[in-house]
Amino acid sequence: MLNKIWPFFIIISFIFAIITGNIERFNNSIFSSCAQAVDLSIKLFGTMCLWNGIMKIVQESSLIKKLSNIISPLMKFLFPNMKKGDKEYEEITINIIANLLGIGNAATPLGLKAMKTMQEKNPNKERITDSMAMFIVLNTASLQLIPTTVIALRASLGSANVAQIILPVWISTIIADIAGITASKVLMKKF
Amino acid sequence: MKIINYISTLAIPIVIIVIIFYGILDKKKIYDIFIDGAKEGMGIVINIFPTLLGIFLAVGVLRSSGLLEIITNIFSFFTNKIGFPSEVVPLALLRPISGSASLAVATDIMTTYGVDSKIGLIASTIMGSTETTFYTIAVYTSSIGVKKIRFVLIAALIADIVGMLASAIMWNYIL
Repeated sequence: MLNKIWPFFIIISFIFAIITGNIERFNNSIFSSCAQAVDLSIKLFGTMCLWNGIMKIVQESSLIKKLSNIISPLMKFLFPNMKKGDKEYEEITINIIANLLGIGNAATPLGLKAMKTMQEKNPNKERITDSMAMFIVLNTASLQLIPTTVIALRASLGSANVAQIILPVWISTIIADIAGITASKVLMKKF
Repeated sequence: MKIINYISTLAIPIVIIVIIFYGILDKKKIYDIFIDGAKEGMGIVINIFPTLLGIFLAVGVLRSSGLLEIITNIFSFFTNKIGFPSEVVPLALLRPISGSASLAVATDIMTTYGVDSKIGLIASTIMGSTETTFYTIAVYTSSIGVKKIRFVLIAALIADIVGMLASAIMWNYIL
């Protein structure tokens, strides 16, 4: 997709800059955007490394197991066709916990494993089951407790209160997730 | 507002402390593990750099040519009616498609309008509360080669739109 949008944006901007006489600003922005990208990467560097280090501790500790007990009522509601002890149940639980904690690189492989396990039990291989659909919708919604990337970004841009957005992010996440789950529950009966 | 700030400010330290505490409880070599993880973090930043560069270039020329302003003005006609700032529209459009592209656009918005301005705060909240929907659906469905994804895209986009509107409404009317 970006293979088409990216050149289109650049070419159309160039044409527009010529027409409006903004070509000098256009030229300057080519080089300032390079500097901006370097600047942001350097500033993100520290926070990204910090969170990766912290999250590695989570992966190696028993915290994930502890948290999976807490979300079991939620699991029952989201995946009524699954029982505790099923392989896919365990995989989905850990995927959700990893998402909550923001360990994206651990969540995705586990999520794909859960998809595979569910597909093995799927009678119609061409069409996803209710549980699979719900699981994908959950993964497209954010579940992250600490929005690490945006925190890092705000810090790099010199925000006076970096963490100010955390509570609003939680509220907005919960509202979005409820909307996604409700839509799925309603639509799964019709499609 | 004070309470929101307090809870928000407390969240990160508490999460870090709880994680370290569990690491100690499990008798892990916490420092070694931390260093290992931090090393992987370096790779992540280096890997997203080319994408950031590409998107910064595209957004940079769009803005400097004056075209982005015209596009946002067109959108503002619709978005102002629902209290969604048109300046954030480029982010809302890119967010479901690409993670690093939306990161670049969010940076552009926050530098242009101020990271602690209302627009900057809405952009931050959207970044934090939504995911790269299209990418996730593609990865999860293609991994098992399934064709009929039923209502997944619709439900996921409903969640995105609701989340984005909630972010804007919160900063506009409540906080």
